[in-house]
Amino acid sequence: MSNAPDFSHWACPVPLRSYPTIVMGHGGGGKLSAELVEHLFAPAFRSAALDALGDAAVLELPAGRLAYSTDSFVVRPLFFPGGNIGALAINGTVNDLAMMGAQPCYLTVGMILEEGLPVAELGAIVEAMAAAAQTAGVEIVAGDTKVVDKGHGDGVYINTSGIGVIPADVQIAPNQARPGDVVIVSGEIGLHGIAILSVREGLEFGAPVASDCAPLNGLVAAMLAASRAIHVLRDPTRGGLAATLNEIAKASHVGIEYEERRLPVPEAVAAACDMLGMDPVHIANEGKLAAIVASDAADMVLEAMRRHPLGAQAAIIGRVVEQHPGVVVARTAIGGSRVVDMQVGEQLPRIC
Amino acid sequence: MKYLDEFRNPELARRLFDEIYAITTRPWAIMEVCGGQTHSIIRNGIDQLLPPQIELIHGPGCPVCVTPLELIDKALAIAARPEVIFCSFGDMLRVPGSGKDLFRVKSEGGDVRIVYSPLDAVRLAQANPTREVVFFGIGFETTAPANAMAVYQARQLGLRNFSMLVSHVLVPPAIAAIMESPDNRVQAFLAAGHVCSVMGTWEYEPLVARYHAPIVVTGFEPLDVLEGIRRTVLQLERGEARLDNAYARAVRPEGNVPAQRMLADVFEVTDRSWRGIGVIPQSGWRLSARYRDFDAEVRFAVQDIHTQESALCHSGEVLRGLLKPNQCPAFGKECTPRTPLGATMVSSEGACAAYYQYGRFVQLTGSEP
Repeated sequence: MSNAPDFSHWACPVPLRSYPTIVMGHGGGGKLSAELVEHLFAPAFRSAALDALGDAAVLELPAGRLAYSTDSFVVRPLFFPGGNIGALAINGTVNDLAMMGAQPCYLTVGMILEEGLPVAELGAIVEAMAAAAQTAGVEIVAGDTKVVDKGHGDGVYINTSGIGVIPADVQIAPNQARPGDVVIVSGEIGLHGIAILSVREGLEFGAPVASDCAPLNGLVAAMLAASRAIHVLRDPTRGGLAATLNEIAKASHVGIEYEERRLPVPEAVAAACDMLGMDPVHIANEGKLAAIVASDAADMVLEAMRRHPLGAQAAIIGRVVEQHPGVVVARTAIGGSRVVDMQVGEQLPRIC
Repeated sequence: MKYLDEFRNPELARRLFDEIYAITTRPWAIMEVCGGQTHSIIRNGIDQLLPPQIELIHGPGCPVCVTPLELIDKALAIAARPEVIFCSFGDMLRVPGSGKDLFRVKSEGGDVRIVYSPLDAVRLAQANPTREVVFFGIGFETTAPANAMAVYQARQLGLRNFSMLVSHVLVPPAIAAIMESPDNRVQAFLAAGHVCSVMGTWEYEPLVARYHAPIVVTGFEPLDVLEGIRRTVLQLERGEARLDNAYARAVRPEGNVPAQRMLADVFEVTDRSWRGIGVIPQSGWRLSARYRDFDAEVRFAVQDIHTQESALCHSGEVLRGLLKPNQCPAFGKECTPRTPLGATMVSSEGACAAYYQYGRFVQLTGSEP
């Protein structure tokens, strides 16, 4: 697979062509800033609130509880197999809202651009954001752009914030896991982290690995339509499934046990982890969720997940127990057991 | 990874466990030499499933753990120099020197980079002719051929801005040192399979004869480790002491001869200090006279190194098999992977980190096989 992003399809709008790269003036609030908004952001995001060009978006929201979240994205490289920072920034916040059972409605976007960033790259990122927002059914209603001196950023940093509406009878939170509940993961783990590692370090692991970057709100809606006995939802991003399960075990004061052989791990991820001395449960995902579900609803929820394209390989991997509260235990393939802790910092490749 | 799944098959593992139970009649203390084996044993829970008479003693075969403090302090000093790009394998970055680690040096402005191969460091030197690229060349015989190749290539390319900080260590002298220590309890060894894939098995014949201890060349997957243990116990129970190869799919008696030739050209045997253990004569490699120009210790004459080990850390006793990690008073208290006092708490191959990471500090429930 070629790792070089392709911008050939992207045609620069006329007024932006005089500057093929971002200059300090694009963040200065003058004509260059206005051109960026008028000819790049506004046409891509197509939002009435954005088109009004006011200082703030004015929104209508249904009554009830709101979920509200923010996240910043600093990924390097900006383009990777299976996505780019733009898609990641939209899906990341959409997924954070979805993990509370909310239907995401509105997003804001803050961008910090590094002087010298090719406008074609920015264009491709903005188009990916627009496409991801459309797929997730959310509207981008406000934004801001700043430019920093060359050498003071990695091309683009993006912050997104979002608001979603939680249906009245949904009670999903990290502290809701109960002994007896089952643990479900929505599909193959480890893809995003290994995809990023493979392009960042130029490593190849036999088969090419693409990020699983995707919006999960549709899958969550399908799960909630099947049953309201979903107690916890988390998307295992940085820190991987191990961090997510540990957070749930601690927040709910319960133990969690899972079977290693039930974990859906793609062969390429397993091979990469074996080679580098890493563990798939510590690798980041961007389009997967872990669900803690009441045991009598588990089959129904699993069925609903498997009918959705993003949950086709969903699997029950373990259960919530009363014992060892706050601790996650894996049953190993050969029948041993081990505690699965969070990583201290970044996962470091072993020497041999 | 089909070929690996075969060596993790639960049914076959069960059969090997059954055989080991059937042949074990007395207590035995077996040392797995290599940190990779320690990692596999703890990660798969093998030690919990063995007969209670069999004690696995975790050996000094974690290269990160035994790299001497003085050399880590030298690495920290060299990495802090503005002209230097300091390249290392990932798990060296968190190893505590006297007061700080390479991550600290990086945050203070040092150009410290994780590489996956020493040849990446050679390429960095080519791409950055105005900078000094230094590679931290540590490890046992396993990593040595790639490091030797990097120095060899740098010389072929005429690179004047590449050097290596070398702290290579060798398995056979460590086995001898353990057997000769007065408080030794080890009765047999699982030899490190990947070391033997490079060096062959002939180095171990004299050790078997001299110490009358079985040595079984063993791999790293669960079934490999179990087969190594089974063959070792079989010898111990029969009162035999032979060299046996339980990892024949990777290890030939003569080893990798071209690699050995490269090693003999680039390195020469030297006395080496092992962190937590002390100096073992003729137990390591340094760059040979032909390649001395590429020795970072020569190029950067680092002075004023005053090492200071943590007074609370018992990693030396852990490395010699005298103490289990969780028997150390600082284990899980002052010393955790987040605040490591010794190197054995850093690398995932380090016995202390393996114990901590895989939970030897909590009582597990329902852990029957």
